[in-house]
Amino acid sequence: MNEHAHPSVKTFVAVWATLLVLTALTVFAATLELGPFNAIVALSIATIKAVLVLLFFMELRYSTALTKVAVVSAIFFLMLLVGLSLADYLTRGWSSYINPFR
Amino acid sequence: MTRSMRPKRGLKLPDSELAVHNLRHHFADLEQQSATAKFGMWIFLVTEIMFFGGLFASYLIYRLSYYNAWVAGSQTMEIKYGTANTAVLICSSLTMVMAVHWSKLGSRKLTALFLILTLVLGIVFLGVKAVEYHEHWVHHEVPGPNFHFEHTGNYDPRHVSIFFSLYFAMTGMHALHMVIGAGLLTWLLIANGLGRFSPEYNSPVELVGLYWHFVDIIWIYLFPLLYLISHHHPGG
Repeated sequence: MNEHAHPSVKTFVAVWATLLVLTALTVFAATLELGPFNAIVALSIATIKAVLVLLFFMELRYSTALTKVAVVSAIFFLMLLVGLSLADYLTRGWSSYINPFR
Repeated sequence: MTRSMRPKRGLKLPDSELAVHNLRHHFADLEQQSATAKFGMWIFLVTEIMFFGGLFASYLIYRLSYYNAWVAGSQTMEIKYGTANTAVLICSSLTMVMAVHWSKLGSRKLTALFLILTLVLGIVFLGVKAVEYHEHWVHHEVPGPNFHFEHTGNYDPRHVSIFFSLYFAMTGMHALHMVIGAGLLTWLLIANGLGRFSPEYNSPVELVGLYWHFVDIIWIYLFPLLYLISHHHPGG
């Protein structure tokens, strides 16, 4: 076991503090009038927090390449699921153009 | 090494021997065994991502379809509860990594301390969630015959009921994962107390840690989606 390949207590505490600061930031951002950017800001902060948890708390940074491939493929398939579903629902209104089968 | 040759309950063994007893015969060494166990856990978590992914996708589709009703439903959420629970879960993730850290260094006492702290924080989270659920019940926000929503805007209150159905499905599934996590932590505490873990063998602690952090990540996304992103939109 290579002990140097694991993060220290100092790293854990720093990540924890950053996560709390980001939580305060996202709650503050929700009180601002940002229009469509409210959702974008909130989900971007959530993604930064999730990546911090993945890399440091779940030690993905120090994991094998095989584990990293598994996680990246999960994110890829999740984006397929959400992306293609939304591509369908968001374009259904377009069917009001000349439809020969109507 | 067969299961029957593993140490009996309460039997004290030096760390190195304990480690040998925990090596299953189909692995070359403990390092390979631990790497395999960890990869298996990650594969399980990948299936969990896809499971919750379905819920997240339906939430987004319905939000775009019934936007005004979604905003109205979301604005009834108490941000203070969501924020408090987010902080509680982040703290529990820190105590969980500390438990894993100390089990790797072989301190049974500190491992137990941090496992207990993680368990307590998990129970605090569930307590806050229970208070929140109770308020939804009192305010007739639980979908079903008692559902009643005072609507003021241009939307169908039945669509707000769909919002609450998804809210209960997503937070309920998350809470179920927390309950299972609390059970796993209790099991770890007992095994740790019996001296089952050592610096050479502590995979169960690490695997439960991975699970606990995963459940934290799900909440990290539930919090903005349910409580925050609709907070500043005027319900139409």
